[in-house]
Amino acid sequence: MGMQTPVATGRSVTGIPTGRLAVWWIVGSEIVIFGGLLMYYIMLRNKFDFWSESSAHTNTFAGALNTFILLTSSLFIVMAHYYAEQKDHIKSFKYIWATIGGGLCFLLVKSMEWTFEIMSGYTITSELFWSFYYTAAGIHAVHVIAGMVIMGIISFDVLQRKNMHRVELIGIYWHFVDIVWIFLFPLLYIAK
Amino acid sequence: MSSSTHAAHHDDHHHHLSFWQKYIFSTDHKVIGMQYLLTGIFMGVIGGYMSYVFRMQLAFPGKEVPFFGLVTAAEYNSLITNHGSIMIFWFAMPVLIAAFGNYLIPLMIGADDMVFPRINRLSYQIFLLSALILIASFFVPGGGFGGAWTAYPPLSAKAEYNLTPWGSSLWLLAVALEFVAFLLGGINFITTLMNARAKGMKYTDIPIVLWMIVIASILFMASVGPLIAGAIMLLFDQMIGTGFFDPARGGDPILWQHLFWFFGHPEVYVVLLPAMGIVAEVMTTFSRKKLFAYKTVLFTTIATGVLSFFVWAHHQFIAGIDPRMANIFVVTTVLISIPIAEMLFVYIATLYGGSIRFTTAMLFALAFLATFLIGGVTGIFLGASGADIYFHDTYFVIAHFHYTFVPIAVIAVFAGLYYWFPKMFGRFMNEKLGKIHFWGTFIPFNTIFLPLFFTGAAGDHRRIFTYANFPQLATPGLQDLRIIATYSVVAIMLFQFVFFWNFFYSMFRGAKAGKNPWNANTLEWVAPSPPPHGNFDVFPEVYRGPYEFSVPGRDQDFWPQNEKA
Amino acid sequence: MAEHTHAHKDEHEHHGPRFYFKIYLVLLVLLVVSIIGPELNNRVLTLITAFGIAIVKALMVAAYFMHLKVEKKYIWYMLYTMLLMVFLFFLGTAADVMKSDGNNWTNESAHRLIDQHKGNAPAEH
Repeated sequence: MGMQTPVATGRSVTGIPTGRLAVWWIVGSEIVIFGGLLMYYIMLRNKFDFWSESSAHTNTFAGALNTFILLTSSLFIVMAHYYAEQKDHIKSFKYIWATIGGGLCFLLVKSMEWTFEIMSGYTITSELFWSFYYTAAGIHAVHVIAGMVIMGIISFDVLQRKNMHRVELIGIYWHFVDIVWIFLFPLLYIAK
Repeated sequence: MSSSTHAAHHDDHHHHLSFWQKYIFSTDHKVIGMQYLLTGIFMGVIGGYMSYVFRMQLAFPGKEVPFFGLVTAAEYNSLITNHGSIMIFWFAMPVLIAAFGNYLIPLMIGADDMVFPRINRLSYQIFLLSALILIASFFVPGGGFGGAWTAYPPLSAKAEYNLTPWGSSLWLLAVALEFVAFLLGGINFITTLMNARAKGMKYTDIPIVLWMIVIASILFMASVGPLIAGAIMLLFDQMIGTGFFDPARGGDPILWQHLFWFFGHPEVYVVLLPAMGIVAEVMTTFSRKKLFAYKTVLFTTIATGVLSFFVWAHHQFIAGIDPRMANIFVVTTVLISIPIAEMLFVYIATLYGGSIRFTTAMLFALAFLATFLIGGVTGIFLGASGADIYFHDTYFVIAHFHYTFVPIAVIAVFAGLYYWFPKMFGRFMNEKLGKIHFWGTFIPFNTIFLPLFFTGAAGDHRRIFTYANFPQLATPGLQDLRIIATYSVVAIMLFQFVFFWNFFYSMFRGAKAGKNPWNANTLEWVAPSPPPHGNFDVFPEVYRGPYEFSVPGRDQDFWPQNEKA
Repeated sequence: MAEHTHAHKDEHEHHGPRFYFKIYLVLLVLLVVSIIGPELNNRVLTLITAFGIAIVKALMVAAYFMHLKVEKKYIWYMLYTMLLMVFLFFLGTAADVMKSDGNNWTNESAHRLIDQHKGNAPAEH
């Protein structure tokens, strides 16, 4: 249905464009969601010292590799934003897809990691540590997938030089997803 | 820039919208507001029906309830669980925040719509889905979830305990989706109020009801996160057998309680604030007086919001939490009564010396003050952990929270509906029927819940389907009180028919109303009644605050915000 | 001067690709340090390198990649407030959930689990 963008959307009494303001609030609400989950994990990790045995079985290399992948993809989306600002829609498009590629690599590494762990008997129900491990990383992965999908949609607009400002917005979201992983990595992989 | 002063001419006139586009898939905030209102009211009727059924069981245990049948113990649990859940999540929140918020925010700030109309539509669709899933849960094997709206594990986690395997997961899914819908909606409201205000509208020119709705959205957003995480964990416990809340595996049921109430307490302020906002608008208009202390109300509201995050464990005093925590929470709980009492004083001061006009809306607004006062005061009994050892899980608690919730979700809502009805539909509701509806609601409300303070103090436990096996409670005196409460429920339900008749009849046949029938000041009264798509021909600009009533030296006793000096 | 979209009307000098790449390199170095640190088997060092660095990395991503450094201050405040909510939740809950006994109470299930594992705990990792 052809909806005309309301005049309201273009107003900016605060000086921050509406879209960007909204994304910051989304990031704010996600902080509390992930924060709640991670706080529970931290509390139990402190209570149950023996979880260090289970967490010894996580694959630190895979975790580090994924951290590297996400950091790199964050760089790519910053570049995509830079080129969007320069009105270079082709370069921007390419960098968006590089970011999506990064997300895909992340998911691939994770799938291989999880397959190995599940086959070794560490499933989501085998022990509470593993329940957290899969749940936290799983919710994070859902956010990665959502980010990739939205990036894909935005990239096609960008190719047609439309809605270029949205590259920054999905970038902010993607950086947040990166930051969550920056904390998940030491919590799940390093604290042994 | 021209686009900021003149409305874009919306293309209704050369782009005929089908019924589906106009009413079902609309992105217009007014239509979406109506959708939330009607869905919320529909769910409220279901929730009300449930309370009728279980109160009949309590008054006449073991007897068949007309229009339901025999109530088994399991069904009783289902009824009370879903009554609570529906009334909070599918009635109070959608009507107070989503319906009034959606309808009023763009109009009152002089905008043509919310800043994200399609996300607005999406949020309603997700909300509708959540309501449908909840209703579906009543028809699955085992019936609707029976673990209380607070869903404490292990009762809520193990089907062998709650006896509603499908119902419990569907309930959880419905609640989770409702949270998502309100997160999306909240972002729309906050961003719209922050950014899309009319030219000249400073922070202190914003009508209080909008501040309240937006602050409520922020409170919701900041508190619901841990519970969403918790809901996912509980869902996994239910469906795939993880042990997040299973002590035998290292989980902790007390954690669920903390997750739930960390949200649950700010949640009550999430619904209180919009109600107080509505009452402020109605009271200022019908006493022809400025809000006594706008900035005080604003800062007190923010302080209340902040403090509301520090009181949650008063719901857990006897759950086995650390008593030193309990002490802290007693202090904060009693403290929070101060800003709210102060707001009530400010409201009373607003009325003082005013030229009061007793329209139906005003009657409901005044009733809000009186009844919420009782609710708030009885909360202090419960906030003292020593007294709470006795009162917890008795009907005293039920009476307390109904003396707060019903004023919030019913009385203030009616005040708002009677007040803004002429704007929404271009017609007046019938005042005589309104007054009958008012007294038929206000009096039975009190005769339902006042007795319950006494039965609660006498020891009536909550969530018990019959007192036949409690010799000290199965007395004729107490049973009489329960019967009075139940008959009052029937009465209050019957009087709601008066409202429904009035509401729907007046929509089509009510006396016509103009733009500003109440001679109010805020910007929604500048638009036509009902406002067209786009709301304003020419966007208004703001020159003063929203409550400039009875300003000395002017012949009119009101001074619209958009009128040039 | 680079042309700005309307989204950055109020802008500052704009950082270019080389600046972002430099930040990226710093982040990578920090990542390496945070992996090596725990290998040295010192608890305090692990906490500092693993979590301290995580905080630094997060702040860098926030400030430079997310452009928070040039954003309106109150966005920082809003984000910090949300973070504060998370810590508030921890504070109110940890007394019950993080310990397995206290004054006059013990969490039997937790103790049982801990003992079970002590029974067949392998050598320290």
